[in-house]
Amino acid sequence: MKKISYSEWGIKSPHYWGLLAILGAVVAIGGFAALFMEHSGHWVTGMTNQVVWGLPHVFAIFLIVAASGALNIASIGSVFGKKAYKPLARLSGLLALTLLIGGLLVLVLDLGQPGRLIVAMTKYNFKSIFAWNIYLYVGFIAIVVVYLFTMMERKANDYTHTVGTIAFVWRLLLTTGTGSIFGFIVARQGYDAALMAPMFIIMSFAYGLAFYLLVLMFTFNADNRAIGDKMIARLKSLLAVFVAAIFYFVLVYHLTNLYGTENHDYEAFILLNGGIYTTLFWGGWVVAGLLLPMGILFHPALGKSRGAIAAASFLVLIGGFSAIYVVVIGGQAFPMAMFPGKTIIESGFFDGVGGAAAAYTPSLPEFLLGLGGIGVTLIATVVAVRLFQFLPASLADEAVDPHHS
Amino acid sequence: MSEMIDQKRRDFVSVAGKTAAATVIAPGVFLHSVANASPRAEAVTDKVRYGMLIDSSKCADGCSDCVSACDKENGLDQLIKPEGASDDLWAQQKPRWIRAVKVKDNLTGHVSSLPMMCQHCEKPPCVDVCPTGASFRRDDGIVMVDRHTCIGCRYCMMACPYKARSFIHETVQFKQTATPRGKGCVESCNFCVHRLDNGGTTTACQDACKQGAIIFGDLKDPKSALVKALSKYPSVQLRADLKLNTGVRYSGI
Repeated sequence: MKKISYSEWGIKSPHYWGLLAILGAVVAIGGFAALFMEHSGHWVTGMTNQVVWGLPHVFAIFLIVAASGALNIASIGSVFGKKAYKPLARLSGLLALTLLIGGLLVLVLDLGQPGRLIVAMTKYNFKSIFAWNIYLYVGFIAIVVVYLFTMMERKANDYTHTVGTIAFVWRLLLTTGTGSIFGFIVARQGYDAALMAPMFIIMSFAYGLAFYLLVLMFTFNADNRAIGDKMIARLKSLLAVFVAAIFYFVLVYHLTNLYGTENHDYEAFILLNGGIYTTLFWGGWVVAGLLLPMGILFHPALGKSRGAIAAASFLVLIGGFSAIYVVVIGGQAFPMAMFPGKTIIESGFFDGVGGAAAAYTPSLPEFLLGLGGIGVTLIATVVAVRLFQFLPASLADEAVDPHHS
Repeated sequence: MSEMIDQKRRDFVSVAGKTAAATVIAPGVFLHSVANASPRAEAVTDKVRYGMLIDSSKCADGCSDCVSACDKENGLDQLIKPEGASDDLWAQQKPRWIRAVKVKDNLTGHVSSLPMMCQHCEKPPCVDVCPTGASFRRDDGIVMVDRHTCIGCRYCMMACPYKARSFIHETVQFKQTATPRGKGCVESCNFCVHRLDNGGTTTACQDACKQGAIIFGDLKDPKSALVKALSKYPSVQLRADLKLNTGVRYSGI
């Protein structure tokens, strides 16, 4: 295998600064939205006492899930010894960091008391998966920073495998923790499933890789760097397998639910008559996020077109966002079974009268805050690849030698 | 000459120091003695477990006396709709500790009216999930929120099977001394804990119920009206399948 050289992202200065200006504006608007929400209180959002987690949580969880998945490429190289993936590892570690930071910022800025973050860092209830997640997220950042150091500092290269293995195990724990936020909730029909944790892990594989592919293709294209056909084929095949795996998990989750009568109302809500949630489940999660990408990626001709692969990656992300929306918001909108065998016919607190779903309409500040999180991820990525040697000079097949594994 | 000045300086520093110490420490000593004098100085114990029996057959259809009494007692009626907020959305965002619910049996069509509030579980899911421990259960069974450590993450609201909790969505302008409240924190029924801690024995909702549908008391006291009523009438826990051993029980549903 040839020695791989890395270099800073060399796009023209006006392009670079222009990109920073646009992303900076997105981040600034997101920041103002957060300030506005914190100053006014959450009444300016669409969130209520019925739907308590809204669009910011969808953005945050989506980014956090994608973050752990983005690290996979590095793991394949340094943990599982696939040498062809090694040149891809630095960007993989970087995206894992920037995605997580973007997601965490959104999560923290949506707190009712973001100024009390210090309380969250000093007082712990270890029965809470949230408390564990604080350790898992902060630990992930620290481990990935060390992991990147072992990759980028030649003297530390010997430790890459060890640190990479720790990072790989840690990322599995991290996504287990994120999925368990919902898996551990006994109160709500749509959650309370052990399957949530592994399903979130497989979702992270796909969303992280789809995001990785898009960033890789964009940065390389803008800088006239080559990516070989074989390299692209490897990554797109991997993405196709991950997407197929999500499809399997979704199928098992709903089939299991459909078997038990107690879940029939919830299943009808998601699959048939849940309005926006049904639309997002079928149109967003299943068709756009699973079937179309699989169709493209497994197609003999389309699967070779870079434009089609980029489109498939984008669709996977759209599907992922829809999936998290259906899980997070749909799971809350569906009325809780407080009186099994009975129907609530009147309530002074919007308890799902006649089985009605709780209303939720996302507000503009929530959307802008979430977008700001994506902005932070992208701006941090752009600055990092510009200043440091994250990108390999070439991923052309002859430079990487994909046959060498 | 210089020795004289030094002596004066020393005297001044000494007096100033003593004055400062007295100013800082005295109020603390005073407050400490005041605090000790109140019933709240005694630690809460698990010798009592507060609970409630709600007789749905006595709960009058269309009555909301318990709701109004709770609103008044806990200052919920003092919250003002933020300027510019839509009525519909605000109705879903304003906090509520107790609400009237009417349910109909799917098979028999039997209709019951009942008040719903925090069920004060022995094993509360809201306490399990709270990352900072702000959501806690006292030894006497009262489940409540420490508003100093609540970060407003709302995970407890996700976890509560009774939808008993509310988030404060707006800036609070007026509040009761006994019920501190602030924007961005979660809260719920605490069995009028300020009454109990100051020697009271009843809750506002119980006092307000003309039908006598709410009996509040100590679940561990065999002589209490609550335990007597519970042993006399059949009662159920809501979502008994979750095995949370709720402190609030219902009969007649």
